[in-house]
Amino acid sequence: MSEVPTSRLGLGGYLVCLSGITRRELLRFVGQRERFLSALVRPLLWLFIFAAGFRSVLGVSIQAPYETYILYEVYVVPGLAVMIQLFYGMQSSLSMVYDRELGSMRVLLTSPFPRWSLLLAKLLASVLVSVAQAYVFLAIALAWDVEAEPIGYLLALPAFVLTGLMLGAIGLFLSSFIRQLENFASVMNFVIFPMFFASSALYPLWRLREASETLYWVCRLNPFSHGVELVRFALYGAFEPVALAVVFGTTVVFFTAACLAYDPGRGVMARRGGPKGDAA
Amino acid sequence: MTGPAALHVADVAHRFGRQEALRGVSLEVPAGRFTALLGPNGAGKTTLFSIVTRLYEQQAGRVAVFGRDLQAAPTRALADMGVVFQARTLDPDLTARQNLAYHAALHGLAGRAVRSRIDELLAAAGLSEKRDEKVRSLSGGQARRVEIARALVHGPRLLLLDEPTVGLDLAARAGILETVRGLVRDHGLSVLWATHIFEEIADDDLVHVLHRGRIVATGEAGTVGGEVGLAAAFRRLTEVAA
Repeated sequence: MSEVPTSRLGLGGYLVCLSGITRRELLRFVGQRERFLSALVRPLLWLFIFAAGFRSVLGVSIQAPYETYILYEVYVVPGLAVMIQLFYGMQSSLSMVYDRELGSMRVLLTSPFPRWSLLLAKLLASVLVSVAQAYVFLAIALAWDVEAEPIGYLLALPAFVLTGLMLGAIGLFLSSFIRQLENFASVMNFVIFPMFFASSALYPLWRLREASETLYWVCRLNPFSHGVELVRFALYGAFEPVALAVVFGTTVVFFTAACLAYDPGRGVMARRGGPKGDAA
Repeated sequence: MTGPAALHVADVAHRFGRQEALRGVSLEVPAGRFTALLGPNGAGKTTLFSIVTRLYEQQAGRVAVFGRDLQAAPTRALADMGVVFQARTLDPDLTARQNLAYHAALHGLAGRAVRSRIDELLAAAGLSEKRDEKVRSLSGGQARRVEIARALVHGPRLLLLDEPTVGLDLAARAGILETVRGLVRDHGLSVLWATHIFEEIADDDLVHVLHRGRIVATGEAGTVGGEVGLAAAFRRLTEVAA
């Protein structure tokens, strides 16, 4: 037998761990091509059908970061790109539940690296995939004549990463509460849809304010709105500091909460009796 | 001079709400020895494994792996152990090789030497031809052998197996038991083998009998069994404890 390798627990070892978790995420993603397609079909339906249908009805007047009147499909593209990340972030939480049901979560949680670093690696891996999907969508939108500033495509990268981290952290936190895959429908109904529709993704908030002041504030307080605005501004070479602060703060809060929830001594796992809830 | 025990558990207690799962459990797994944890279903074996692997936080007592306190130095302690859980924990959508590579990465290991190690372990498990097949397509016995190979990738000194033969046919059970005994005999690995099957325990194995969250007997299986044998002694012990 060759020499037996032993665990490497320094920074180099952690980077290997991070790349291993990312590789697994990619392998699973590539192995489920329909997931990739379905992730794109949803926003493309909005863009090709919904937005095209409303083009003649809804023009969007001048508002930052746009410098002129824009067509409705130009307005919705950033929101739809972040919608991809929203769905992927929640799907990633679904994969944590799937791992827990399969038992493979135990393999992750018994790694010698600190648990927060394992959750961070899982989060980063999911962000990588969601950012790639968002850029594929932007490329298709470009072919559909919806273009942003050329430099905006580069500036949007950190915005997508931050937004992906925020949505992934929310998903990670939620995953600690979801006991079974069947409960994912609840996440769709109570998290994804309200977050998406009560946001600035589909309509500018000043328009919403004309209809309802309460709804306006609900949308303003929705962190998803700020993720959308962060990306929207970045795509047009602008910067939105409030959006950045909200996205960053929300990420920190939910990631910390997820780490506590997965803590064997304090979190939901402890109350439930382990990663599969099968104390015996 | 002898070194520290591979696993030292002292006065470990655990509760789930009002239910006491473990009550002051103390046991040792000597280095380089096959040790059995014998107990019926619900005795607390899986709870104890979950505490030792840090899936559950220790509520009371002390756990040390080769002298390192699990709470004070969890990283090194976890790196020293390989675990085979009772429930299947392989990713069915990955191949056997990919599962082992993923586990290696979780221990900070990658590269050519690790790939060679993975191929050798799968070959030793008799799974060379299956190494690139998705785990989903493997039989229960083959999957179990992949899990044992995976637990050895990072070169642990202590191997914990929680009812590893549950659900397997007699031949597969015997094969897995012999594989693990071979690791002790030939490589000096320390093993804690949790089971409720008496036939898996040899007379000269150290055995800890766990019942209703308590250790009710400890010693060499031949001694614990005495003249009546381990099965009858176990029945008597658990009746007394009840």
